[in-house]
Formats: sequence, structure tokens, C-alpha cells
Amino acid sequence: MKEMKFYGTALPGIEIEPYAGKLIVIEGTDGVGRSTHVALLRTWLESAGHAVLDTGMTRSVLAGRGIKNARTGHTLGRLTLQLYYATDFADRLENQILPALRAGFVVLTDRYIYSAIARGHVRGADPEWIRKIYGIALVPDAVFYLRMPSAEGLARRVLASGRGFDYWESGMDLGLANDYYDSFIAYQKLLLKEFDRMSGEYGFHVLDASRPLKRIASALRRSIAPLIEDASQLTEIVKPASVSSITRIPPASPPTEPQVAEAELREKSA
Amino acid sequence: MISYGYHRYPGRLFVVEGTDGSGKSTQLTLLYQWLKSEGYSVFFSEWNSSLLVKDTTRRAKKRRLFTPTTFSLLHATDFADRTERDIIPPLKAGAIVLADRYIYTAFARDVARGCDRAWVRDLYKFAVKPTAAFYFRAPLDVATERIASARPQLKFYEAGMDMGWSDDEEESFKIFQGKILDEYDSMRSEFGLTLIDATQPIHTQQRQMREIVGRYLRENLKEKAVPAK
Repeated sequence: MKEMKFYGTALPGIEIEPYAGKLIVIEGTDGVGRSTHVALLRTWLESAGHAVLDTGMTRSVLAGRGIKNARTGHTLGRLTLQLYYATDFADRLENQILPALRAGFVVLTDRYIYSAIARGHVRGADPEWIRKIYGIALVPDAVFYLRMPSAEGLARRVLASGRGFDYWESGMDLGLANDYYDSFIAYQKLLLKEFDRMSGEYGFHVLDASRPLKRIASALRRSIAPLIEDASQLTEIVKPASVSSITRIPPASPPTEPQVAEAELREKSA
Repeated sequence: MISYGYHRYPGRLFVVEGTDGSGKSTQLTLLYQWLKSEGYSVFFSEWNSSLLVKDTTRRAKKRRLFTPTTFSLLHATDFADRTERDIIPPLKAGAIVLADRYIYTAFARDVARGCDRAWVRDLYKFAVKPTAAFYFRAPLDVATERIASARPQLKFYEAGMDMGWSDDEEESFKIFQGKILDEYDSMRSEFGLTLIDATQPIHTQQRQMREIVGRYLRENLKEKAVPAK
């Protein structure tokens, strides 16, 4: 069990009590493969018998749809966007993350407050202001930052995925350049700088995202395994009560080679 | 750094605040008519009016998705959109902006709902400081009486039913409004709100309001009267 610790002012009306689960954050800029790793980790954890909740930015019941609609129109002001993200975050924190942690789940989150803070900084928001707003955030058990050494590398990843450049991912609202590619490079450079700055402040575990997917996946598992093992109260699959001798679930084992290869293939062909 | 509070725009921003049923919207409408007839460019900005946020708010109210924190944050999002779209541009252009409810509404309501006082104030750091903020103060029984007679049914969040203070809507509304009133009273000196006694006749209140607003406008005209060299 771990004490709840918040970055700043805790949520109102919250009972600060020890929780059994683990909050694990996967952070990184656009195109570093965060969602692929979240999916791999989820399979790995579940096959080892741990209950997993995965969540990510703009996936709240309350504000997710509103943000998507507002982004489509490209008419969102900078402050408005910041606060919309904060609303989305608070809703997920209160209604998904905290209940799951209390119930002993491993919560995997694709981005946390750091992406929102980085985007805010790059858009000229007062750093003090944005940190105070996100003071309601629970301090995670671990933050893994998938770091790409260059913005050009990110651009290659985005192209390889076949998605092409998106208005917001390219930071077109900032007016940094005239076309999506130049703007993407300029914007992602700024974000990379912000993430590097936050690495020390928030104690990120930095992983080189330019390495092969398989290597990153096993590095993640190596770092996460000890976190999970010491959490004996984590929700595990329990045999029906009629079975008298409770068989222990075998300790977490890395996913098999085909699983990783498959994921790699999926990412390439996606 | 985006922090509008300290900027000086040529325009003027007047806001009205007070509990539900204090008559502040009536007063603001009268002020608007007067300023229009005097030939000023006047813009109106209402609480909870951002088109970008509207659907989310409506859905969340209907489905009761709010917690005190998300209620506070979504209203701040709405307010940010108003600030960026409806408030700053006219102020920069030298117009008059009239706001029906401003940040003090959030401070009063959110704190009454249990949000941290300092956190809510930090949240709204980006807001423009008003030229003058009028606080229409009506005693609790007067305000609740006005609301009860004007509305057949109180809404869930309006009545503070999300807080579980009471199962009875009217009772819950009174408790909520009482807390809000206390917050307003303590903000009078904190933010220098201009107190208007909302139990006075409507025209008396309007005369007081026009007198004060007029002072800020004359000052503005004087500035303009200085010939540029």
C-alpha cells in the first residue's frame, strides 16, 4: 500500500488513504510509440494476472468529445485549450484513475500532466499557473519518458505510420512556419526541449525511443517488474472459492518473441 | 507569459455579481441601454456562453457527470474562451464590455462546493481585472423568494444537490446560497467590489451604478481629449 501524494493542492472532498494499485505513466512526444508500448504492457501484465486500466489524454467521458469537436474547428484559443485539457484530466483522475488504484489495478496512462504542461509552456502559458492547476495530480509510481533524439526522427515515424501531419501535432496554431512539415519540426523541437527540462524536475525514467521496439519493450518490463512484485495486494486472478488450494500465479514473465514481433509489424504496417 | 490581469487596455470592463435573484442582470441591461444611447460601443458577455464548451456543459449537467473540481475547471474553460474571444478584443479596440457574472461567481460557487480557495484564484489568474465590479447584495430570504417565484423547478447543480447537504431541493438551495453569500461578503474587501444594496428600488440602484460608471468614462474622455503632439 502506498500513501497518496499529490503535486500540490489535493482534490477537494477526496479521502487521502493508502492505495493498493500502481500508477505508471508513459510519456513522450507525438509518434514515439507510446500507445504501442501501453498495449504491449497491458498484455504482459494481464497475462501475469494483474488487472489493468489504460487511459490517455482526451479520453474522459466528460470532456473528450468536446475537445475533439473544438479541435476540429481550429478555433480554440490557447488558454481555452489548456483548461479543456485540465478538465479532461481531472475527470479521468477522479472517475477512472483513483477508483482503479484503490481497487488495486495497475493503471497505465498514455501521457499524463507532463504533455499538457509542455504544450502550455510552448504556447506561452505561465509555468507557475499551469503547475498550480495540475497540483491536483497524483504523483505517479513511475514515469517513463520515451525520448526521441530529434524532431526529424519523429517526423519519419509519423510518415511511416501513414497518418500524415495533423494540424495540432504540427503546432500550426502557433504560426511557427508556413507548411505542416516545417511547423511540425519547429514545434516538436520546442516540445523536446520542454520534456528534457521536466526530466529532472519530475524524475522521468528516460528511454531512448530511437532504439528497436523490442529493446524498449524489454527495458520497460525490466523497470516495471520490481514495482509490481512488491505490490502484493495488486488484484490478481483469484480462483473460484470452491477450489481449496489457491494456486499461485506464476511471476510476471516477458511476452514471447512472436508477440513483440507482431507488435513491431503492426506499427510498421499501420 | 499570458497574464492579462496587469495589462492596460483602452476599453472599460464593468461586471455585475451577486447571488441568483439579486436583480443584477436587470441592472446590467439597463446600463447597456444607457451606454448605447450615449453613443458608446458596448459589448455584452454572459457567464456560461462559450459555444465551444456549451455542449459539454449541457451534457454533463444532464447526466450529472460533474465533481466540484471538474465543475470548476469546465467553467474556467468556458470563461477562458469568453476572455480570448469576447472580452480582450473589444477592450483592445477601446470599447466597453459588460459582463454578467465574472470570476467572482466561480470563486463563490467553487469554494462553496469545497474547492480550495487559493487553487480557484490561481485558476483564474489569466482574467482581465475589471474597471469596476458591482456586487448586488440581497439578503438570503429575499433572493431565494425571488428565485422560487420565478422558477417552477430548481436545477440539480443550481440547488447544490450534488453536495448531499439535504435531500430537499429548496433546503439544499438555501444552504448553498448561504455559503455563496458568505463568500461574496468576504470578497468585498479582497477584490474591492462595489456594493449595491439590491433591496433598493430598481431605479435607485441604476442611478448609483450610472454615477460610478460615468466617473470611469469621463476619465476616459479626458484621456482622449489630450491632443497628440
